[in-house]
Amino acid sequence: MKKSSWLLWAAIVLLSVLPLCLISAPPGAEGLFGGSDDRARQAIGSIAPHYQPWFAPVFEPASGEIASLLFALEAAVGAGVIGYWLGLSVARERAHKGAHEVKPSAQDQRAD
Amino acid sequence: MHIMEGFLPPAHALGWAAVSVPFLAWGLRSMGSSLQAHPERRMLLGVAAAFAFLLSALKLPSVTGSCSHPTGVGLGALLFGPAAMVPVGFVVLLFQALLLAHGGLTTLGANVFSMAIVGPFVSYGVFRGAAALGLSRSVAVFLAACLGDLATYVTTSAQLALAFPDAVGGVETSFFKFAGIFALTQVPIAISEGLLTVLVVNAMARFNAHELRALPVMAQQTREGA
Repeated sequence: MKKSSWLLWAAIVLLSVLPLCLISAPPGAEGLFGGSDDRARQAIGSIAPHYQPWFAPVFEPASGEIASLLFALEAAVGAGVIGYWLGLSVARERAHKGAHEVKPSAQDQRAD
Repeated sequence: MHIMEGFLPPAHALGWAAVSVPFLAWGLRSMGSSLQAHPERRMLLGVAAAFAFLLSALKLPSVTGSCSHPTGVGLGALLFGPAAMVPVGFVVLLFQALLLAHGGLTTLGANVFSMAIVGPFVSYGVFRGAAALGLSRSVAVFLAACLGDLATYVTTSAQLALAFPDAVGGVETSFFKFAGIFALTQVPIAISEGLLTVLVVNAMARFNAHELRALPVMAQQTREGA
């Protein structure tokens, strides 16, 4: 990988890890790093305290564990396809390079 | 970013769905004709869809002390045009609404509008603009993916503000309240998405240079910008 690619990866990791280190829970507040969706739910509650959701999810994961299983599956499917493409691409590039390198050596042997 | 099931009043839910359906039909048609004319693009389209699947499953911590996820639809918009990403975003959102209780069926129209329509179209527009300004490919890709991601969350904030105007300050006050939750949280995550998209496009430029040059959106930006 090129040096610039390493730098990009380092920046992505830092952007995700730094908030975890820098932010500490304000006294009395519960639940740091919950979903921003939940904060929106609370905001709706404060703006329109009488609003009642009029439809419930058709299927809800039985627990947080099951939910993370499904999220992990979704990510795995995506990462799997990307990994397949990267693997195929690297192999194809190598095969191309190999073909160029083999040719002259084969000719050398014939000349002998 | 997904507006939760049942959290948009019926009139809003229907309205956003009505806006999104024509885009979905357009996207399906444009995707179909593009693949029919260029079957070799299937691989890269698969990678773009996989990128959206992967990124929208990753909930990342942010400086506001809450978590949110990138959208991953900018990449595909740059490669295949914004319409092609509408069906992809739709599938991601449907999957999350049906199996994960994340987002919802009644709010699907609104979520498709923010993540699968506004996001890709903003990404596409920013990319064209950056290319016209003569910025390097990497900078253009970064800006496009980052701002597209951010635009999705600004749209979500606006949708919620329209549905829940503040009793005193109206829609505007409400918008800033929701933007403070969604858009602010999203800033570092959008930057991460921009950087990741640059990494993927760089890899495509190395391994799929031929296909990339044949893509209408990328063609004008083939100038190597490391």
